[in-house]
Amino acid sequence: MNEKKIIELRDIAVSFDGEPVLKNLNLSISDGEFVTLLGPSGCGKTTTLRIIAGFITPDSGDVFFDGKRVNDLPAYKRTVNTIFQRYALFPHLNVYENVAFGMRVQKKSNQEIEETVTKMLELVNLKGFEKRSVAKLSGGQQQRVAIARALANNPRVLLLDEPLAALDLKLRKDMQTELKNIQKSLGISFIYVTHDQEEALSMSDTVVVMDNGVIQQIGTPQDIYNEPQNAFVADFIGESNILDGVMLEDYLVEFFGRKFSCLDAGFEKNEPVDVVIRPEDIDIVEPVKGHLTGLVTNVTFKGVHYDTIVDFKGFKWLIQTTDYYPEGSTIGIVLNPEDIHIMKKSAYSGMFGDYSSYSEEFDELGDAVAAAEAEEEAEE
Amino acid sequence: MKSRTAATPFALWMGIFTVVPMAIVVWFAFTDETGAFTMANIAQIWQYAGTYVDSIWMGALATVICLVLAYPVALSISRKSENMQRTMVMIVMLPMWMNFLLRTYAWMSLLENNGLINQFLRWLGVIGADASLEMINTDGAIVLGMVYNFLPFMILPLYSVMAKLDNRVIEAAQDLGSNNWQVFRRVILPLSAPGIVSGVTMVFVPAVSTFVISKLLGGSKYMMIGDVIETMFVGDGCNYNVGAALSLVLMVLMLLCMSMMRKVDNGEDELGGMMA
Ligand SMILES: Nc1ncnc2c1ncn2[C@@H]1O[C@H](COP(=O)(O)OP(=O)(O)OP(=O)(O)O)[C@@H](O)[C@H]1O
Ligand SMILES: [Mg+2]
Repeated sequence: MNEKKIIELRDIAVSFDGEPVLKNLNLSISDGEFVTLLGPSGCGKTTTLRIIAGFITPDSGDVFFDGKRVNDLPAYKRTVNTIFQRYALFPHLNVYENVAFGMRVQKKSNQEIEETVTKMLELVNLKGFEKRSVAKLSGGQQQRVAIARALANNPRVLLLDEPLAALDLKLRKDMQTELKNIQKSLGISFIYVTHDQEEALSMSDTVVVMDNGVIQQIGTPQDIYNEPQNAFVADFIGESNILDGVMLEDYLVEFFGRKFSCLDAGFEKNEPVDVVIRPEDIDIVEPVKGHLTGLVTNVTFKGVHYDTIVDFKGFKWLIQTTDYYPEGSTIGIVLNPEDIHIMKKSAYSGMFGDYSSYSEEFDELGDAVAAAEAEEEAEE
Repeated sequence: MKSRTAATPFALWMGIFTVVPMAIVVWFAFTDETGAFTMANIAQIWQYAGTYVDSIWMGALATVICLVLAYPVALSISRKSENMQRTMVMIVMLPMWMNFLLRTYAWMSLLENNGLINQFLRWLGVIGADASLEMINTDGAIVLGMVYNFLPFMILPLYSVMAKLDNRVIEAAQDLGSNNWQVFRRVILPLSAPGIVSGVTMVFVPAVSTFVISKLLGGSKYMMIGDVIETMFVGDGCNYNVGAALSLVLMVLMLLCMSMMRKVDNGEDELGGMMA
């Protein structure tokens, strides 16, 4: 990855039927960078990709490739290729011809086409599938044909719209590694859309967190996780307990009527802030030794750890611990300065970070995911 | 088993409406009035060879014209919004709700030597006061009648295949560098091939065997094979056995034409795939 900007979006705004879908979006992508657009359904990720691909012209703002404004350049003339949310393979062509499509359009020689197709099918592990009809491939195989088809065009930037969403967990993990390896070995830029935060954190050089058509934060996966800029990011990336606090002075914050030292500075004196405490950072101790004491109200076994919900003065926290504390027990916690992250107040303050409705919230999420998956299957 | 019960109505339908009538036609074609086996009916058919060729030629011409007219219409309907599509399909179907004979009589009164078109031309002064453009009783009139009557049967199957065309596949083609012509040539055309095949079938078959259109618009000058067959079943000189033989041969010829077309269609698919 180098610092040369290959794509720049400046002040992009898009509305559909009068509804703003992207607002004032600014984003730049370096040559060879793996950028992930992360956000909930409907936040404008696909729309952003489609602007880059040339399928949507923004209402206002500019798109630059290599410093040249390309707002009016049609899709077929752009040196980007897309892996669509539902692959969109050509049903009338076999695997070989799907991969060869872009080169046939460019009237490459048969020999060159054959070499490239063979190379691409090897790259995506589909050697020997040349003559197969794409309709008869599994989801993972179709996915890989889509990747080979896009890469065969030798794009400078590959756009990937939730390419792994339809795959099962195991295959998804394998494909994540495969995609990351492909990106590294080709050295081209990937712009990757997902609403799976784990995928975003593990694959990307840069994560762009979006909500409601607005970029909430751009940063490395570590930045995004450790230094979330507002309650939305803190809640969307991983789990977070988010509390109201007051920044008394640099490196000193008060919440729950108690002063804690922290690592953050640069706030006004007595500025109200959001305090983020990650559930896995909390140390559980005997009640007498704790900064705070609370009552365990719910325990769920998660494999590696227990999700333990603890009531501190009516505010419920999520604590992830490998030790088991039964419901009804009283525990103490210790918060070290590096466990406490301070955020400025934002429009999202107070909306997230309380685990009072822990179990329902998770059931709902589970249902929504199941419903979405059922819907996708019905579409197939 | 589930599949067997599901197939039963179809088998019944096949029996009543396909197998039995076909068997009757075959039986008539190979017997004489006494019911004895004979090849005489089939042997007689040679004298109608010219009529067969004319009929197939005119049917094919009408089919090609229908295809050329219908394809862009169907494509443009299929790219509209859903509400718009419904309305446009309605408009295409509208003439079909009017009686077939009535529609053809209407063309007669338009094309006649003293018909509306000739009157209009005279009024314009394009032709002399007692001259008339010869339109009725020509090949052209028959083909026109066929095209007019059968056009919806071409548009509808084309449209229904095109409406299912996934827009994302078109975008994928653009994404891979295809301009509009290449998108059409490499994606839309091959994917609409099934619609072309069924549209052509639905126009070609009735066009070749029509007798009303040729009778009304072609007059007595033009006999199509449908007219010949009709004379074998109604009127004085009727002969069911020869009529059945004529129908059988017509059917075989049409099957041959259709299978030839399918071959061309498949071959083109492969060709499209192979060509750079
Ligand atoms: N062609 C369109 N016409 C009208 N509204 C649209 C259109 N495309 C997208 N939208 C709307 O724009 C918003 C953003 O859509 P977009 O597809 O970019 O979301 P997304 O972030 O990709 O979501 P998902 O994760 O569900 O794919 C949504 O509210 C959607 O309904
Ligand atoms: Mg999307």
